[in-house]
Amino acid sequence: MLSLRLAIPTVNTLSPPKPKPKSGLVQTASNQTEIFPSRVSVPKRYGYKLQAATTDVANEEISVAGEFSEEEEELPEGLNKELMPKHVAVIMDGNGRWARQRGLPTSAGHEAGVRSLRELVELCCRWGIQVLTVFAFSYENWIRPKVEVDFLLSLFERTLKSELDTTSRGGIRISVIGDSSKLPASLQELIHDVEETTKDNSRLQLIVAVSYSGKYDVVQACRSIAEKAKHGNIQLEDINESLIEQELETNCTEFPYPDLLIRTSGELRVSNFLLWQLAYTELVFVQQLWPDFGKDEFVEALTSYQQRQRRYGGRHS
Amino acid sequence: MQKGGVGEKMLKFLFRVVRFLRKCIFSVLSVGPVPAHIAFIMDGNRRYARQHNLKEGAGHDAGFLALMSIVIYACELGIKYVTVYAFSIDNFRRRPEEVECIMNLMLEKIELMCRKDSIVNRHGVRIHFSGNLELLREPMRDAAKKLMAVTANNSNALLTLCVAYTSTNEIIQAIQKSCEEKWVENQEPRRVGRGPINLLEIEKQMDMAIAPDPDIVVRTSGENRLSNFLLWQSARSYLFSTLALWPDISFWHLVWIVLNFQRNQSRVEKKNKQV
Repeated sequence: MLSLRLAIPTVNTLSPPKPKPKSGLVQTASNQTEIFPSRVSVPKRYGYKLQAATTDVANEEISVAGEFSEEEEELPEGLNKELMPKHVAVIMDGNGRWARQRGLPTSAGHEAGVRSLRELVELCCRWGIQVLTVFAFSYENWIRPKVEVDFLLSLFERTLKSELDTTSRGGIRISVIGDSSKLPASLQELIHDVEETTKDNSRLQLIVAVSYSGKYDVVQACRSIAEKAKHGNIQLEDINESLIEQELETNCTEFPYPDLLIRTSGELRVSNFLLWQLAYTELVFVQQLWPDFGKDEFVEALTSYQQRQRRYGGRHS
Repeated sequence: MQKGGVGEKMLKFLFRVVRFLRKCIFSVLSVGPVPAHIAFIMDGNRRYARQHNLKEGAGHDAGFLALMSIVIYACELGIKYVTVYAFSIDNFRRRPEEVECIMNLMLEKIELMCRKDSIVNRHGVRIHFSGNLELLREPMRDAAKKLMAVTANNSNALLTLCVAYTSTNEIIQAIQKSCEEKWVENQEPRRVGRGPINLLEIEKQMDMAIAPDPDIVVRTSGENRLSNFLLWQSARSYLFSTLALWPDISFWHLVWIVLNFQRNQSRVEKKNKQV
């Protein structure tokens, strides 16, 4: 009501974006290569992004997905290959609500969620995204009813077992981050086996955050550093961003910083997921519940991402 | 002369009416949960200057006025903590002329705020600087310390200015300090080592430990990212992004932000009850 009378934008633009006209993409593509003019020194950790971008643009032979380039699909209309994010993070929210809306038990919602995840993994493989991190189970979720927690953990175990063959054949490397000490021993063992089996796969790295907390990730990195300092391996003055990056749980990947974070179900919060790593991540919040998040919604999120100008604190002009 | 006097009286009357109306709207808002802490990423000053064909510095000037207005509204609504992202460590990479201009402007405004009759002093707002002040030049550093001292006894609200700040830098400094403290603790022969560093020990050492976690993080000018601002503290904050440029932020934006926050809070509480 108030915003109708006054010509001021009051809407929260973090709420689901509307896709902009296609012509905007061409403009963004030409700006993208000028994001880092010589006078701006890029923070060291983003050096790889600049290299990869210029390689893609200049050579067009080294594709992001490496030796699987011949299996890559044409991107849907409206998406630019050079502007695809290397690392996508997803907060898979809304399974419970989805089930309640249909009068189904929560477990049905989580199972539908697994199907959505399977579809997203496939899309990421086909479109050349290198890393996909998903927030499967937060450290804070342990307070949920035991029945639901037990179901979730057993669902995770079943899915890992049943998908192991598919992921191996598909060249997917699986890593699990989070405090695994609270997980049942059988699951811990399975996780270890799966990580070992898939560690040489290189088409897509799927990082599953289970019993994970962004704050505790930083705390465990800090403890690691404190130990090293105690044994004289490092001096306290040497603690810098790159040292912490090496100690965080996302050190299992070459690209620990997500370019894009998608959260489903309309909740506009980060909820203690990957705090350090999200410093410059583009955030996209979608209204759909996780089991309803499919190819169209992913394309919409990617389109929104590709239209953004990332400055990292600097200026374009 | 009389006309001028009448005109001035009319203007004062109008201001009082507007303030009264504002207070009425804030009273209505106060029926729901009022956020204790709002953080702002003040983006869009330069775009504002370009839009209005002004010199670059004028955009930041307008931004400062907007900040003062928001502080007044926050005090009236009863928001105790306001934090703003004034200058990031990443911003040092901009053109030296722009950095110089911003630093000079900040110095000028800090000196303005030191005055007894400044808005912050009249409204009982205490100022705190968060960030790596060692990266600033000495005059700026001294001015910041002076402003903190001058406003130390104000207790209506706390305005934290993040200057030469990034969240990752804040976390690094907190880690260094907590490692040092743990080192000292473990050296003392009579004290038994209290075990590995924990979350609270790190949090205690943060620059932002002076305020509770923000309930809302607002970014102006339409970008949808945190840009290394309060990454730790905003873990559970409600995020709001508006297309309005920072100098255009107004009373209505604040009302709308708080309304959205209240609507979201009731949804979160309902969700927690279901768990």
